[in-house]
Amino acid sequence: MSTRTVLHEADIARALTRISHEILESNKGPEGLVLLGIPTRGVTLAHRIGALVEQFGGVTVPIGALDVTMYRDDLHRNPTRAPQRTQIPPGGIDGKVVVLVDDVLFSGRSIRAALDALQDIGRPAAVRLATLVDRGHRELPIRPDFVGKNLPSSREERVNVRLRETDGAESVTIEGR
Amino acid sequence: MRHLLDTRTLARQDALRILDVAEDMADTQRREVKKLPTLRGKTVVNLFFEDSTRTRISFEAAAKRLSADVINFSAKGSSVSKGESLQDTAQTLQAMGADAVVIRHGASGAPRTLATSGWISAGVVNAGDGTHEHPTQALLDAFTIRKRRFGDDSRGRDLAGMKVAIVGDILHSRVARSNVWLLHTLGAQVTLVAPPTLVPQDMSRWPVRTLYDLDEAISSAPDALMMLRIQLERMNAAYFPTEREYSRRWGLDARRLQALGADSIVMHPGPMNRGLEISAEAADSPRSTVLEQVANGVSVRMAALYLLLAGAEHDAADSTPAMNAPAPVGSEKENTP
Repeated sequence: MSTRTVLHEADIARALTRISHEILESNKGPEGLVLLGIPTRGVTLAHRIGALVEQFGGVTVPIGALDVTMYRDDLHRNPTRAPQRTQIPPGGIDGKVVVLVDDVLFSGRSIRAALDALQDIGRPAAVRLATLVDRGHRELPIRPDFVGKNLPSSREERVNVRLRETDGAESVTIEGR
Repeated sequence: MRHLLDTRTLARQDALRILDVAEDMADTQRREVKKLPTLRGKTVVNLFFEDSTRTRISFEAAAKRLSADVINFSAKGSSVSKGESLQDTAQTLQAMGADAVVIRHGASGAPRTLATSGWISAGVVNAGDGTHEHPTQALLDAFTIRKRRFGDDSRGRDLAGMKVAIVGDILHSRVARSNVWLLHTLGAQVTLVAPPTLVPQDMSRWPVRTLYDLDEAISSAPDALMMLRIQLERMNAAYFPTEREYSRRWGLDARRLQALGADSIVMHPGPMNRGLEISAEAADSPRSTVLEQVANGVSVRMAALYLLLAGAEHDAADSTPAMNAPAPVGSEKENTP
């Protein structure tokens, strides 16, 4: 079993900075944006991107969390998971441009669940997807709009994202099996 | 979680998990679309051998909000009134493909018999059995106390140091029993208040203090005062002389409401006998949580059904599944396609 680090702390910071600029560029400014992170690490990343967007765009962007547990299509295949908290910013998502933020994009099934969850909460003007790592192997017609790092991987490998807030370290590693 | 049969054997972490999941369920109930797709394709049978409109519709609402199919089976006018045994009823439900059975039964222990008999593979939820337990009622009461005290900051907290007084017919009350065990597990101090005739004979193993005087209980400033329903059908057995006397000595009237601390809450599992165990002033005061209890009941029952039914079929044998294991490093949700 080999483990190799693909993103170090500085790489992650650069990737998030670039994603933040790209979000502002594609949205033509910070107006109407809402960032929703997918727990756990997506929420951490959403807060970091939110701080950067505020720094570059000069406006505070509403940030929230969107738990997708209860919308997953594999619930009955796995041991019971505790849902995590969904927090929608006070302004809601109706008519807003929602940017979903996740750490690793893999099969795309979490994002499908997230789209279903969003539909029950409101009707955004548009939904975009930002991810720190895209490791491929999509099983659904879903693609990210903003990617920190494209990481070709084998299905058997494991991608680990560690962030200071949740894991006390800052790295993305890929682990062979 | 395989079954929910009682609170006496419910571990603290399992109780807290139900309450925390109920918080998430409560959040979803404030949305425009309250229905979740989580239990699509699962069948929940409400098997009620005793009448109970409130508990049944609460379970029904909970199951439907999670998109499960609900079959209501009440003993009256059913095969049971024709003499069918519990075993045959259970096996019939099994043959119909029930994934969970919510059972209310007049006999204490009937839910456990159903769960352990091998007649069915469905998960069993006790919705009240004889004078034994009514676990979801206790869970919704604990949820209500916690929510009133901690608000949005409730997750993960227990009721350590809080004082709860339960007043009324302790002898026949499964609600009181379930509350005693659960509140004790969560760290609260429980005081029972009742006429001497309505207290069980042997309470030596109950972790409670017992008083016969409501005013004494109120003077010790409980955080929650839980009034139990006096079942008028018990009146024939002469546990107390008259309704008026009961009301005067153990009813929550305006004067006692006044004496109760301003932060204390007044609870009642419903349906209330206004003017008997609880006055209209108390029932309608802002300190009354009666309607919150009803709303929270749906959230707590959603949580119980979710934890029973959402995971892999019969995962982790009986108790704590992998949910309590520390989250794996990295993105667990995307690493398991």
